[in-house]
This record gives sequence, structure tokens and C-alpha cells, in this order.
Amino acid sequence: MVEILHGKPITLSCMGVKSAALRAMSVFTTPIPPEEYLRLVNPLASSRQLRGVVTSVTPETPTSATITFRPGSRWQPHQAGQWARVGVEIDGVRQWRSYSLSAPAGADPAVTVTAIGRVSTYLVRNTKVGDIVFLAPPQGDFVLPAGPRPLLMLTAGSGITPVMSMIRTLVPRRKDADVVLVHSSRDRTASLFTDELQELAAEHPGLHLVHRYTTDEGRISFADSGDLDRLCPDWRSRKAYVCGPTEMLDAAHALWERTGLPDTLTVERFNTALAPEVPGGGGQITFEKSDKQVEVDGSTPLLLAGEEAGVIMPSGCRMGICRTCLTPLLSGRIRDLRTGETHDDEGELIQTCISAAAGPVHLDC
Amino acid sequence: MTITADQTAAKPAPGPLTPAPIPPAGTKRTGVLPTQGRPVERPAAAAHLTDQQVEELGDELDAIRDEVLAQRGAQDAAYVRRMIKICRALEVGGRATLLFSRFKPAFVLGTGALAVGKILDNMEIGHNVLHGQWDWMRDPDIHSTTYEWDFVAPARGWQHTHNDLHHTWTNVIGKDRDVGYNILRVSEDQPWKLRDLGNPFVNLLLAPLFEWGIASYDLEWDMVAAGFKSKEAFKKDLNAFKKKAITQVLKDYIALPLAGAVLSGSGRRALIGTLSANAIRNVWAHSVIFCGHFPDGAEFFSEEMIDGETRGDWYIRQMLGSANLSGSRIFHTMTGNLSHQIEHHCFPDLPSNRYIEVAPKVRALCDKYGLNYNTGPLPKQLASTWKKICRLALPNELPWQRGRAAATA
Ligand SMILES: Cc1cc2nc3c(=O)[nH]c(=O)nc-3n(C[C@H](O)[C@H](O)[C@H](O)COP(=O)(O)OP(=O)(O)OC[C@H]3O[C@@H](n4cnc5c(N)ncnc54)[C@H](O)[C@@H]3O)c2cc1C
Ligand code: FES
Repeated sequence: MVEILHGKPITLSCMGVKSAALRAMSVFTTPIPPEEYLRLVNPLASSRQLRGVVTSVTPETPTSATITFRPGSRWQPHQAGQWARVGVEIDGVRQWRSYSLSAPAGADPAVTVTAIGRVSTYLVRNTKVGDIVFLAPPQGDFVLPAGPRPLLMLTAGSGITPVMSMIRTLVPRRKDADVVLVHSSRDRTASLFTDELQELAAEHPGLHLVHRYTTDEGRISFADSGDLDRLCPDWRSRKAYVCGPTEMLDAAHALWERTGLPDTLTVERFNTALAPEVPGGGGQITFEKSDKQVEVDGSTPLLLAGEEAGVIMPSGCRMGICRTCLTPLLSGRIRDLRTGETHDDEGELIQTCISAAAGPVHLDC
Repeated sequence: MTITADQTAAKPAPGPLTPAPIPPAGTKRTGVLPTQGRPVERPAAAAHLTDQQVEELGDELDAIRDEVLAQRGAQDAAYVRRMIKICRALEVGGRATLLFSRFKPAFVLGTGALAVGKILDNMEIGHNVLHGQWDWMRDPDIHSTTYEWDFVAPARGWQHTHNDLHHTWTNVIGKDRDVGYNILRVSEDQPWKLRDLGNPFVNLLLAPLFEWGIASYDLEWDMVAAGFKSKEAFKKDLNAFKKKAITQVLKDYIALPLAGAVLSGSGRRALIGTLSANAIRNVWAHSVIFCGHFPDGAEFFSEEMIDGETRGDWYIRQMLGSANLSGSRIFHTMTGNLSHQIEHHCFPDLPSNRYIEVAPKVRALCDKYGLNYNTGPLPKQLASTWKKICRLALPNELPWQRGRAAATA
């Protein structure tokens, strides 16, 4: 009983009371979860879907903004450098993208988004304080080392976001911090967090800052170690983190390999492989759970292809009416045979009876 | 008005034998139906159309669907969210009010709010969400794979008999088990059996107990006996039903009255309130749903008519086999837009709020191609349905009528 007076057990017992209350309420609300009723008054209440409410939107550069939110109670605090999937509704359809969390560990999560496409532009231009966003728990191994070590951060463009979280977490709190940040951007106006970084560097000797404006100075070359030797002479003895465009990541990775230090470099990639549209359609279908592969043309329904290959697939009407056949698309692109539209959203449930492959496809069945 | 009667007259008189249970619908056709060709037999009401016309009709209906798909967006999403909000508020408000139903106004208000809440949950939200009409939003709370309704029949079992069997084989005698739900005779094409004498009484009993009737129907008892459904599958469905039934009964008939008794001595009244709310929803859903396919003029089909069916023929079957209800916007919402049964059957996965704007276009096509567009106000359609159910308690031809027919021949 005495422990209840100390911080942690109180929250635990609060959680216990809360879940017991929800269970008791569900006797009166079944089959609908009580959260669906609580949502009438609390927009963050949800049993299936973690939500957050936007608490601030701060423009960073002409094309980017930082969005901070207060997450619902099931959110797990993030580690510096991790990312989370963020969902927003555009034209009534929920769209998910991954964003690194730029806030320091322990603070409310924030993402810094650069407008380059459909979802990012929507987030930067249309998000308002009070909006609800959908969230998935933070994840990723692009995190600070367990013990104190000298660090080198190589970033470019929006690739600075996870590193910003690390710097905000480490530099003001640790006297023994030793961080070199080499950040590339087109020019001063396109560069994220410039003022804050300069203040931090002025205040804390543990942060050494190098800004590289590529319009004037050109890109850093990783073809040999020349550029790095100049920018950070002791780079070989530092634990290194790199985040930026694919070419930069690949080149840095190759350099560290050649130097014989591949284990000291941690890479974070923002680009996921795109599923290109194959003209005429067709392609290889991989049925992941059944471990089967078949080659099909662009007009054979996935359901038929699967059944012919001996895959056990759910089906009902077989003509697009009943949705018994819904199967998660793990990756790839499919074509709806009725409308001709193609879809490539990972995890989307597709009707296999009226969809065909439009390129290589991986299905969860 | 109906041609069904003439059709049966031409057929040999149905024998008194009980027909074998309907086997599960199984066919190899997969994917989009062909646009060209013709079925072995076209229904009489569409026999005047050429293959070319049927194909054009199919294209025109596809175009209507595509037009809605192109516009579907934020406004539709806002509509269903608003509906859900209203529904949840009515449910929670109704239940809370019933806790004090010792006071008469609280009893009336609580029962009414709960009944309307249940109707919205089951019809405008549940039925349509479970059809996948809102799956495009990718909201896991409004999705055909997750939604569960305040109705004793588990959603997953219902999706099988309704979406998969009924919507695919609409009104095909021998394939669509919704034609009479195994317990009623609703078409002259169904052979008469002695038990059909009870037709009106069975229907009278089914109306207030509709949710239990549907739950039992979804278990497909007869399929197990006939060997078409495995014992394991049946057991699984039965367990799901038991679990759902227990929680539903606990909620409506035990927990709420108990809470009412404790709070304000309203136990008995609260129980009457929840019983009435369920009964009101049951009678309403039963009436609306029976008006969807059973009023006079709604056609039934033979298996020959779906053999070789094209996309256009499929649409024709959906239109001829369904009947609409006319009324105000609120009325349409309260029927879950099943008042637009014809449009719903042509486009089962278009969002229900769109049927109202699609209906005049579908009706115009029916006029253009000389097809019957069966619609009328609820009292008229309901009377027609009940009359038919009473009439079909007796065989199509009574012995003395048969004698007279033979004499004139
Ligand atoms: C782990 C992880 C962390 C991420 N963190 C951030 C972050 O902190 N801030 C941020 O702004 N974004 C981040 N992203 C990228 C983000 O998830 C989206 O890919 C990005 O916002 C584009 O989405 P969109 O819908 O706007 O573009 P889409 O409409 O999907 O794409 C539009 C076009 O942009 C191109 N494109 C897509 N991504 C990129 C890219 N990264 N660089 C260049 N071109 C691209 C595509 O090829 C496409 O042609 C991260 C991604 C991952 C996987
Ligand atoms: S099997 Fe019915 S929609 Fe695919």
C-alpha cells in the first residue's frame, strides 16, 4: 500500500482502475467498444486506433513545418532518432507515411515534414491546431549509442530530423557530449533548424556545427575520404550516423566499408522502394504465407492465380460484391479489373477476385 | 402487373415433395462478368431486349457507378461519421434515460431513442459498413472486416449468407436462400408444402423476433443436415452466436434493468424499455427488408437465367428482383437506404448516402429499356408483401381451380 505513494505505482493503479472501468462499461456498450462512446466527448478515445491531437504547427522553411501533437494514452514514449507512422485523411481516405520524430526524447512527439508529394504537402499546408492525426507506435534502431561516445552526424535535407531529436536530447543534458554535425542543404533558407542549432552550438561546447550549402559549395564527396578528412579529421574514431538522399547513404556506406569500419556507421533511409507501374500489367505473384510463386498476365484475377497454385484463399461471390476475399497487399502494385485503377499501398486490403497483378506482387496468404 | 404467375402456370404443377436443401452456391466464374453474350434464357420481363441493348444497359450502369466513385470523398466520409455520432449519442442517451424510466416521460423518451439508435446502427451504419461501402476510407472503426453491430446475429456469419449468397444469387430460386429464408413461401416458383399453410403466422412471429430469426438462419442448420456445411464450421458459428447472444442479453435484459433498479427503482420499466426497443427495431427491419424483394412485381429467376449471364443481365436481374420504397430523406436514412433496394443491388458497395442521387438515373434507364422499376410508399409495398405471403400459404392452384382449367382446356 505504501508504494502507492510513490510515482510509478500510482500511475499503474490508475491504469488498472481505468481498464476495469472500461471493462465494466463494455457490459453496457457491447459489441461496440466503450471508447466509441467516449469519443463523443474525447476525440482521442479509440480502442483500435492510436490518435493524437495537434498542439502546434510551426513553419520551419518555406516548404516545411514542425507539427507537434499530444498522443492518446496508449502512445509509448519515443527514443531520440526513432520514427512513427502518421495517418491523415485526405479526401476522406486515410493515408499513412513514416516520419522521424524531431522532438527530444521525453517530450511530446513532433514531426518535421518537408512538402515533396501528396501527403507531405497536405501535412505542411493544411494541418491546424486541434486536428486529429492517427499514429502508430514509434519504432526504429537509428538511436543513440548505449554509452557515451564521440559522434559524427552526416545529414542532408529533411534527413536532419531524427538527428535533431538526438542532438536536442543529448547536447543540453550531457556535459560529456561530443557531437559533430555536418548538415547539407541547398542554401540557408532551405536549411532546417539553423537558428536553434547555432544557439545550441554557441551554448554547448559539446556540439560542433558544420553547415554545407550545396548551391555554393557543391555536395560532399564520399568517393574518397578527402572531404571528410577536411570537415571532421577524426571521423574514423567517431560513431557515425547518416540520413539523407539515397545516393548519399549509398556512397557513405561504401566509404565506411572501404575504410573497414562498416559497424560504426548507422544509416536511416526515408525512401521506401516504389512499386513501378508495369505497362500491360502482369508479373510474379508471391503468396508469402503459402510460400508459393506464380507468373501471371495482367488480366488473371489474383484469386484464380492463387487457387490454381494451390494456395488456400478466402472467397465468396468471386465477382467483387461480397468482400470475403479481402487479402492484405504486402507490396507491389495491383489493378482493379473493373475500374482499371491501380493500387500500391502497403497493407491495403484488396479484393483478389477482381484484381490482377500490375507488376510483381506480394500477398499475405 | 406480375408475370411470375403466368410463368409458373406454364410449368408443370409443383409436386408435394419437399425439395432437397439448396446446395451452397458454387461456381467457377471469377472476376468481372463478360460484357457480351447471352444467358441460356433471359427473364420474360427483359426478353424484348437484344444482346446489344443489354450490353449498352450494362455500360450505362457501369458509367453511373464510375461517376460516383470519381466523386466519392471527404463529404461522404463526413456523412457516415455524422451518422455514427448521432447513433452513438442516441444509444447512450436512450440507455441512460431508461435508468430512470420509473418516470413515464423517461420511459417513452429512452425507449424511443434506443430504438432509433439501434435502427441506425443496424441499418444505415451496420448493414452498409458490413457491405464494405466505407472500406475505401481505410478507417479500421468503419470497416467491413471489423464492424460488429447491436444485433444478435454475429456480423461475420451474416456477411456470408447476405453479401456472398444473397447478393450474388439475388432471387434465383434454388440459389438465393433469402427467398423465404427457408421458413416462408414468398414466390409462386417455390413448390408448395403443407407447412406453408402457416406462412402468415410464421411471418407474424418472425417480425418481432427478427434478429433471432436471422441469427438462426445464418447458422445454416439445413446445410449441415444435408452435408454441405461441415460440423466444425457449424460449431464455430454456433459458438460465435452463443457468445454474442449472451453478451446481448446480458446488456439489454440484465445489466441495464439491474442498474435501473439500483439507481431509481426502474428495473421493470427499464426491461420493458429494452424489450420494446429491440422489438420496434425488429419489426421495422423486417418490414423494410421484406419490401425489398417480396412485393408483387418483384421477379424471381431460374438457374437457366444465370447460366451465361453477362454484366448487363446481372444488372437486369438485380433491378427486376428488387423493389424500392418511396419517401422523405429521413425515411430513407431510417431504412438504411434499403428503400433504394434496386440501386443497392446494382451497386452494393457504393456509399449508401449516394443512392438517393443515383436513383433517378437508374429509373430513367429502366424507362429507356422498358424494364419495370418497382417502387411505392411503405404501406402499399408492405400490404402487397403481406397479401402475397397470405396468398402463398395455399398452393398456386387449388384442386377445384385445376379442375376448371382442365375443363376449359
Ligand atoms: C523511416 C522514415 C522516416 C522519414 N522521415 C521523414 C521526415 O522526418 N520528414 C519528411 O519530410 N519525410 C520523411 N520521410 C519520408 C515520408 O515518409 C514520405 O515518403 C514523404 O513525406 C513523401 O510522401 P508524399 O506522400 O508527400 O509523397 P508521394 O506523393 O508519395 O511521392 C511524391 C513523389 O516524391 C518522391 N519521393 C518520395 N519520397 C521522397 C524522398 N524522401 N525524397 C525525394 N523524393 C521522394 C516520389 O518518388 C514521388 O515521385 C521518412 C520516411 C521514412 C521511411
Ligand atoms: S469474393 Fe466476393 S468480393 Fe471477392
